[in-house]
Amino acid sequence: MSEPISALNHASYEGIAKVEECGLQGMITLRGDLSDKVLAKAVKDATGQNVPGQREANVEGETGACWLSNDELLVLVPYAEVEAKLAAMTNALSGIHALAVNVSDARAVFRISGSSAREVLGKLAPVDLSTEAFQPGQIRRSRLAQVAGAFWMDDAESFRVVCFRSAADYVFKLLKVAAQPGSKVGVY
Amino acid sequence: MLILHCPCCGVDAEETELAAGGEAHLKRFGPGSSDDDFHDYLFMRENPKGVHFERWRHANGCGKWFHAARCTQTLEVFGTYSAQTTEPPQEIKDAITAKRPGWTWREFS
Repeated sequence: MSEPISALNHASYEGIAKVEECGLQGMITLRGDLSDKVLAKAVKDATGQNVPGQREANVEGETGACWLSNDELLVLVPYAEVEAKLAAMTNALSGIHALAVNVSDARAVFRISGSSAREVLGKLAPVDLSTEAFQPGQIRRSRLAQVAGAFWMDDAESFRVVCFRSAADYVFKLLKVAAQPGSKVGVY
Repeated sequence: MLILHCPCCGVDAEETELAAGGEAHLKRFGPGSSDDDFHDYLFMRENPKGVHFERWRHANGCGKWFHAARCTQTLEVFGTYSAQTTEPPQEIKDAITAKRPGWTWREFS
């Protein structure tokens, strides 16, 4: 079996903020009734996190659970563990109406870090990223220029951005342009 | 710029995150219905100057459909509500009545 590599293989760029592709990240799309106890236990067993509430992201490092819509979660696990976690989850969910699918290789993940991280992302997404409106623990699905993307904050100065793998190159170029030296807008 | 509140994810989404889905509250006339009913279901749409009910999808967001009541003349938004309903909820109707007394739209008023 050939070695799996991520879309841009840890490409990075340093401007007013640091933009880097995070490499391989295990991701499971989980759809079902989010209030179901069986589903909540499956999420807890896989990630150690509770089912997030509306637009919440319970993420620690490479593990966590993010709210994507009222019947959809993004479950994050380390890439090496995704098959085992998915098998356990599918087994746990066998009695209820729910679906878990491994989408790790269909996505790309970026990190934007630095004091101007909000500025960089604010140029690309139609979202209020002021400190009052967007904080660590929240997730937002939106668009990045012309493609779909979701992002949350790991801490006060860094975002993680998820997009489709097929759009990874486009998103990286977007982020590079948005992070060009001297391009700080000063809104956030 | 049109801004609609998505009742599914609670975001105030602006136009570029949304996809328009045409008129709301259509009643489907499928196989077995009369030709006239099917014709009207397929082709006849309201085109009001004033209060209108529309379907929208939060396409670049939670991906869910919802309904919006707004005015085509002033672009004022009266409210948004769940798509899982066959008629506008009373609070939406009240909100419209407060601004546009005597409004009617299809069989609603």
